[in-house]
Amino acid sequence: MNKPLPAHNIGGYVPMIDGPEKVSGRAKYTADLLAPGQLAGRIFRSPYSHGEIVAIDMAEALKVPGVRAIVTGADCDKPFGVLPIARSEFPLARDKVRYRGEPVAAVAADDDAAAREAIRRIKLTVRELPAYYTAKDALAPGAVQLHEKKPGNVERDVLFELGSTEQGFAEADLVREGTYNCAEVCQNQMEMHAAVAEYDALRGRMTVHASTQVPYYVHLMLAQTLGMDMSRIRVIKPHVGGGFGCRTETLNIELIAALLARKANGTVRIVTNREETFITHRGRPETDIKLKIGMRKDGRITAVECECDQRGGAHSGYGVVTILYAGSMLYAIYDLHNVKYVGRRVLTNTPPCGAFRGHGTVDIRFAFESLLDQMAGELGLDPFAVRRANLLTAPTFTDNDLMVNSYGLAECLDWVERESGWKTRKGKLGKGKGLGMACSHYISGASKPVNWTGEPHATVKIKLDFDGSIVVLSGAADIGQGSTTILAQTVAEVLGLDLGRVRVLTGDSEVVPKDNGSYSSRVTFMVGNAALDAARNLKALLVNAAARKLDAKPEDIECLGEVYRAGRQDKGATFDEVVTEALKDSGTITVTGNYSTIPESHGGKKYRGAAIGGTMGYSYSAQVVEVTVDEETGVVTVDKVWVAHDCGKALNRLTVEGQVQGSVWMGMGQAMSEEAAYHDGLMLTANMLDYRVPTIQDSPPIEVGIVESNDPHGPFGAKEAGEGSLAAFLPALTTAIADAIGIRFNDLPVTPDRLFEAIEKQRRKGNGGG
Amino acid sequence: MTRLLEFTLNGRGRADAVADNILLLDFLREKVGLTGTKTGCDGGECGACTVLIDDKPALSCLTLAATVAGKRVDTIESLGHDGQLSAVQRGFHEKLGSQCGYCTPGFIMASAGLLRKNPNPTDDEIIEALGSNICRCTGYVKIIEAVKYAAALQAQGVSP
Repeated sequence: MNKPLPAHNIGGYVPMIDGPEKVSGRAKYTADLLAPGQLAGRIFRSPYSHGEIVAIDMAEALKVPGVRAIVTGADCDKPFGVLPIARSEFPLARDKVRYRGEPVAAVAADDDAAAREAIRRIKLTVRELPAYYTAKDALAPGAVQLHEKKPGNVERDVLFELGSTEQGFAEADLVREGTYNCAEVCQNQMEMHAAVAEYDALRGRMTVHASTQVPYYVHLMLAQTLGMDMSRIRVIKPHVGGGFGCRTETLNIELIAALLARKANGTVRIVTNREETFITHRGRPETDIKLKIGMRKDGRITAVECECDQRGGAHSGYGVVTILYAGSMLYAIYDLHNVKYVGRRVLTNTPPCGAFRGHGTVDIRFAFESLLDQMAGELGLDPFAVRRANLLTAPTFTDNDLMVNSYGLAECLDWVERESGWKTRKGKLGKGKGLGMACSHYISGASKPVNWTGEPHATVKIKLDFDGSIVVLSGAADIGQGSTTILAQTVAEVLGLDLGRVRVLTGDSEVVPKDNGSYSSRVTFMVGNAALDAARNLKALLVNAAARKLDAKPEDIECLGEVYRAGRQDKGATFDEVVTEALKDSGTITVTGNYSTIPESHGGKKYRGAAIGGTMGYSYSAQVVEVTVDEETGVVTVDKVWVAHDCGKALNRLTVEGQVQGSVWMGMGQAMSEEAAYHDGLMLTANMLDYRVPTIQDSPPIEVGIVESNDPHGPFGAKEAGEGSLAAFLPALTTAIADAIGIRFNDLPVTPDRLFEAIEKQRRKGNGGG
Repeated sequence: MTRLLEFTLNGRGRADAVADNILLLDFLREKVGLTGTKTGCDGGECGACTVLIDDKPALSCLTLAATVAGKRVDTIESLGHDGQLSAVQRGFHEKLGSQCGYCTPGFIMASAGLLRKNPNPTDDEIIEALGSNICRCTGYVKIIEAVKYAAALQAQGVSP
């Protein structure tokens, strides 16, 4: 008889299982949740950068017909923030305003016109304080403190030296130093921030729909700021139109919507506009880096000294973690010893920064790879050779105790070198053309979640009932990266079933298990492993039922997906028959799968905060960028990008390619055109024309090579794919420009005007000044 | 002022009382209840609200509803027939031209507009036609593949 084959669901090109909803307009995002009787919410924002609140006059606003509730800082005295150690922010400012655009009051009204009119009539009086828009100004002696508990306006300073840099530099043949500046950048995800809050006054319950990456953290912060029992709160995450990190912490919008809903005893929908979405910020901070590297003639790095200042904005947010990542992630990509890091996270009167894709690693990587390239040139070494001289050998622990188990960087280098034709084309492309390369890496989820509770890192449930459909329940937040599809594939693979049998239910705290959320590229690794565990548990249960049904021993049962059989001659039982048998024990079946990280992955204790950077698996990426520079206009065209990404194992080649291309392209935006600019604290670039995101006309072909290093702990060997390739683009671009026209850029973005200015300067120098 | 607006929406005639100053985008989403068309910016920056007016892509956020009197307006909800996805929808789904999906209705309508006019576009023609739509997820590589695949499907007889 023909052997029925189990379905295979891993390693191919699998379109997203929620794709049909997205391409048909049926996918509901938070702003789409319109309902009769819903109130419109609007936020009044501070026009001042820094000041003590003297009065908020709402008398005229309350007279507007249709106004149902107005809330201010007086309605909530509990701070929120993603890090339990740094909760400095209130949903609505209390006592002080600290940046232009900070929420001060909010209105719920029958319609948007009434809400807008009420907002127009609110009068805020403040006693203005000096405001600081750069890290340097905020750090200056005598500067007024933004926060009482943060002297010198330093949110956190970090200092470590592992090994001896003095000795390391003494062993070097070449020591070079560079200073680098990366502009602040914003996620600018396509969906603007929105929240819908429904208050059930009768039962004292609150339901909040929020465009978030972290429904569980939103749940915690709602409970804290509303002073409500967690059991009275339900958080629903509808479809989310991207996040890239700005939604990895609770935003004031969902908290304000809930405060309004409670005060109005109704349902309030807040949809911010694009300007407000920009001002809510949580992007990558402006970063100043001073970097010194010592190198031997053969390219071996002997010492590294790095100073890093981040302009963090007005509140803590993820700041402490960001400044720690920037130091810890100097490691785990190359074999480094003798490293000193000095980091400062500075509080300024600008919107709070947060965890942008590649959190904490990107600007540092730009500096590091740039200097490596420059030093390779001075030593007459190929940039690839310099990387190869410093590779790690896995498995290993770095000097700062990061655990590296799988390491595909060497293969990534080989792939991009070969595919780009580096050896034959480099230096031979002609005038104005150049090739550049760089590497980067990222974590597959922080081993210790920011909100440490001692529970397993991830939990997944599977429900199986009379109908034979597999329902996976997970709190993992799909924000477009495809986590729901990965979970379905994982479960279907273990059970050998067609993907169509599996449904995934996510995003509603009432039914799905808690999950820490979609950040730090944790979902495929952590939640994927939990799904794997759950599916295996379910399979064991079904095998036992099949054994009973077929009168055989469980160890003799072969699971072929739709058929379970005992031996090759056995006709076996169908999946539906096995399910019916299994249900006899307990009725509806629910199984649990858990995943916990191992203590060895939790990072070290050699300095305060050394746990940051600890993960179960690092991804690796190498990139080659080809450019054409128009020296008459300063316009750079990226002709092509070759990128190789070590994701351990590609569970879904289609989505891995999509994630890698998206990362590279987002790096391109940061490198070439994106920059948040302010005038007296007013964001000048809070729209998509002035904040220049690359269009399809600016964007190159991006060829992706998938490297599979098979991580011993990853689900089927997988690691992250959605962040690690971003950072390498930045230095690969600037080194390509240097290759093309001989000018090195240490400041980003490299806009046409900056490039043109640099070319002019070079020309003047060439002409003997003038 | 309010006036009577008669036009064809997704193949069906309708008559509505509309305020002079309501945008087509807000009318579609909030009055008709078709939320497939998305608001992505504060006006004319991103293309997420693209619909077809008499088969030509237009930004519904820069169009007053009153101006479509007597015209045909097609939104993302008009695509697909007999329970199947249209060629462009299949292209974006199967080739991953859509990740978070928020810009997708705009991209799909702009692409549908292109293919109605030019069933076999070159890469350059696709890039030109989608030049005013912003996607923040894909880097556009797979969007170009999606439109090319859609053109091929359409040539095989899949409904556009």
